[in-house]
Amino acid sequence: MQTDAVRRAWREGVSVVVATSAYGLSFGALSIASGLDLWQTMVLSLVMFSGGSQFAFIGVVAAGGGIAGVASAAMLGLRNALYGMSMRRVVQPRGAMLPVAAHVTIDESTAVALAQDEPRAQRTGFWVTGVGIWIGWNLATLAGALLGDLLGDPRQWGLDAAAAAAFVGLLWPRLKARQAVAVAAASAVLAAALLPVLPAGMPVIVAAVVGVVVGLTNWLGPRHESALPDPGPRGSGKGRRS
Amino acid sequence: MTLWHLLLLASIAVLAIKLLGYAVPPAVFDSPRPRRTLELLTVSLLAGLVAVQALGGDGGIVLDARIPAVLVAAGLFAVRAPFIVAVAAAAVTAALLRAFAGFP
Repeated sequence: MQTDAVRRAWREGVSVVVATSAYGLSFGALSIASGLDLWQTMVLSLVMFSGGSQFAFIGVVAAGGGIAGVASAAMLGLRNALYGMSMRRVVQPRGAMLPVAAHVTIDESTAVALAQDEPRAQRTGFWVTGVGIWIGWNLATLAGALLGDLLGDPRQWGLDAAAAAAFVGLLWPRLKARQAVAVAAASAVLAAALLPVLPAGMPVIVAAVVGVVVGLTNWLGPRHESALPDPGPRGSGKGRRS
Repeated sequence: MTLWHLLLLASIAVLAIKLLGYAVPPAVFDSPRPRRTLELLTVSLLAGLVAVQALGGDGGIVLDARIPAVLVAAGLFAVRAPFIVAVAAAAVTAALLRAFAGFP
């Protein structure tokens, strides 16, 4: 027997799955354009499975950043650990299900789970969204990679601009507070200024110091704030907490 | 290191970080400061990546069709267009400007 709350969790989960999986297409095509082969592209979607980290890795490695690409991907993945801490209480996975739950703990599954009101609906929202996106994201990556193989010169098709636009899309839902906007602007200017000075990949990592310093000092920040995680979901914006 | 080494290292790191979230006691990060710092680190990294992807090239800054394309995408994200639509619009903008308007 399914309650209304559980049915709603299913509905929200499925709509986020469809919206999010669709842009696995752009990841697959961009990964091939960045010089990765089909298998390398698929390993990223199957194993790394975290959109921001995947886009960061291919972007920095394509520019010749090497190990800086690994560092960028890992730092962008840090927020998943934060989601895991709250999802452990919500999902309460046991035994073999624990690594599975951890693997599908991403922006969207966390956001849909937290948007539900009762525990069973939260667990339903988490699993439907997390497992659904893992399947859809990988199918879309495969389709995008096969498409990217046919395209040839990525610049002729504007895929270099698409890569930049993808990061704008990942950033946009996180720019709700003045503090976040200020950090984003300062980081972008600093990274651009460092482009001619530092080797590939390093400008992004050095510019990330801005976020850490402002975060630790709460400069420009609100005096009072909640300790709730705000996953700022991409895609349809469903399940977002204000 | 080959591309495969980098790729496997990064994939395992991201996966290990997810597992770590389920392993550490929640109290460790259950206060505003670490949460805020992680959130702003994410914002900082993504903003840096926007700048580098839109302007980077030839070991410095290159101004080309990516800039108008990114502005088109930002406008679409501002009116809550779906991710795939805005990203595709950026690609089409850059491709058209290069093909017909002589943009580099």
